[in-house]
Amino acid sequence: MSQEKGRFGRFGGQYVPETVMHAVEELDKAYNKYVNDEEFNKELRTLYRDYASRPSLLYYAEKMTEDLGGPKIYIKREDLNHTGSHKINNVLGQLLLAKKMGKKRIIAETGAGQHGVATATVAALMGFECTVYMGREDTERQSLNVYRMELLGSKVVPVDSGTKTLKDAINEAMRDWSANSETTFYCIGSVMGPYPYPEMVRNFQKIISEEARAQILEAEGRLPDAVVACVGGGSNAMGMFYNFIPDEGVRLIGAEAAGKGVDTALHAATITKGSVGIFHGMKSLFLQNEEGQIDPVYSISAGLDYPGIGPEHANLFETKRAEYVDITDEEAVCAFEYLSKTEGIIPAIESSHAVAAALKEAKKMTKDQIMIICLSGRGDKDVYSIAKYRGVKLDEE
Amino acid sequence: MKNKIEICLDNLKAQNKKALITYITAGCGGYEQTEEAVLAMEKAGADLIEIGVPFSDPIAEGPVIQQASLKALNRNTTLVGTFEMVKKLREKTEMPLLLMLYINTIFRFGTEKFFACCKDAGIDGVIVPDLPYEEYDEINGTAEKYGIIPISLVTPVSFERTGKIASQAKGFLYCVSSTGVTGVRDNLNTNLTGFFDTVKEYSKVPNMLGFGISKPEQAREIKTYADGIIVGSAVVRLIDEDDRAGSTAKIAELTASLRAALDE
Repeated sequence: MSQEKGRFGRFGGQYVPETVMHAVEELDKAYNKYVNDEEFNKELRTLYRDYASRPSLLYYAEKMTEDLGGPKIYIKREDLNHTGSHKINNVLGQLLLAKKMGKKRIIAETGAGQHGVATATVAALMGFECTVYMGREDTERQSLNVYRMELLGSKVVPVDSGTKTLKDAINEAMRDWSANSETTFYCIGSVMGPYPYPEMVRNFQKIISEEARAQILEAEGRLPDAVVACVGGGSNAMGMFYNFIPDEGVRLIGAEAAGKGVDTALHAATITKGSVGIFHGMKSLFLQNEEGQIDPVYSISAGLDYPGIGPEHANLFETKRAEYVDITDEEAVCAFEYLSKTEGIIPAIESSHAVAAALKEAKKMTKDQIMIICLSGRGDKDVYSIAKYRGVKLDEE
Repeated sequence: MKNKIEICLDNLKAQNKKALITYITAGCGGYEQTEEAVLAMEKAGADLIEIGVPFSDPIAEGPVIQQASLKALNRNTTLVGTFEMVKKLREKTEMPLLLMLYINTIFRFGTEKFFACCKDAGIDGVIVPDLPYEEYDEINGTAEKYGIIPISLVTPVSFERTGKIASQAKGFLYCVSSTGVTGVRDNLNTNLTGFFDTVKEYSKVPNMLGFGISKPEQAREIKTYADGIIVGSAVVRLIDEDDRAGSTAKIAELTASLRAALDE
């Protein structure tokens, strides 16, 4: 994919202040040393198996398949991983690397809290001091996850600058990294940021499609016709897409958060509405105004309301290898309810965007086809906000 | 034609004087206030002035300049508006003026068009804090074509990167005093002389120290090893949107005190 180091087509690069460049270089060296190191990968695979409980199931959603009357639907159950989402795959990889590098302190940003919880969890396991930056608005939307991280021994810093959401948490984490880059490892939660992050995070997430590809071949004796995943920064989608990229017959479908609709100001549909820019260390697609000021974004899902997208996705889009669709809050909430009632699986509101996209796509597909949905996380954390969205009053708070 | 930054710094060197570089966020308090403050700083002894173009997400800035950027954006400060302001300033001053801005502002505007506008407005250099050595190609060729100097930044944690950055620097080398973001600090990194020894091995241009400088006492110490100082947050925090004349007077006073310390 990447012809020039750190680039995916014209996207990617290393656009960060000089204060962190030596740390980026140090990481680049360590990453390239260990990425194909047998011992490192053995250790990581052991952690995946014994701690994160991988491989995750590829579940045949029979009721959903029957109900929709279209393709056979399989669900890749990343929600069954320890900590309840795909985020643990990446965090185990990065923190194992941090350990090899002799770093003592971990920082991370989090939106919905899934990456924060995964980081706090592995920091506890490996004995790191850990600080998680989280937008003030997100700490309010996801107060349970804040407490969870504190329970795991991490410090959660609410961020009051800008829009008080994920992008501002990243800004603040980068400022911390600038000041403490010699001692601190910045564990970025998605396939974004300066090289090597987009490639590194994808490599720690590609286990999803590595397993899914083998599992579907085992179950069906053939490859799927489509795989679907939700896209904020795009880490579960990159993980789900990666091993299928060379398989030309497999459609790769990413579901973006359209919030209240892409024709309103309240959405986070970067690919549909964005333009090329340079921000958070990378050249990619961003929601921004004419002057290059980054737009405030909105989604019911705290994990998808990011104004950019990983550079590898930008390239998959530009080269037409992957397609991206918009899912509104309402569609995602309906899918959240649908999967709960149909299969007895409560999906994360982020993953519900993928489920919603699958519901739409399934209508255009036939019975002899196969589709895999990446269920990136579980929805327990979202129950309260969905109830609120539906106007149901719960006792809590 | 020689760039104004180079002419100015050559003159200072010939007179054995240290450079005073100040920074102000464009449009914080309105364009008129910025314009007035720039002229007041020149009068009070600033040699070069950096004009910050506000950005929604200034990751290299501390709280003071973050707030100033936000205030400026809330007043609808734009790059185009900043160019207009610079044009007006150019009717009144010949001093070197630089823009400090984030790479997305340039990229989105169009790199070619941006440097053409810089030249047209009378900008002499640009400082782009999120454009490291590895990505200089994004702007350097175009900047050179229009005679604008892109300023290189080096930090105490640049380590083995220092040589390649310092040796190709043009105009002046922006030496960052400490790790972290911009902002006023009481104590600077203690081993700055060691950092400067390394920098001087490679740099062929004057070496200026910035980040964290706010007081004449600091200026007195820094001038023993650096060719000049860069003061930003200490200026910006004096801007009171409701008191233009008072702000300008305070900014002039600070500038004069730093000038005096450098000239002692």
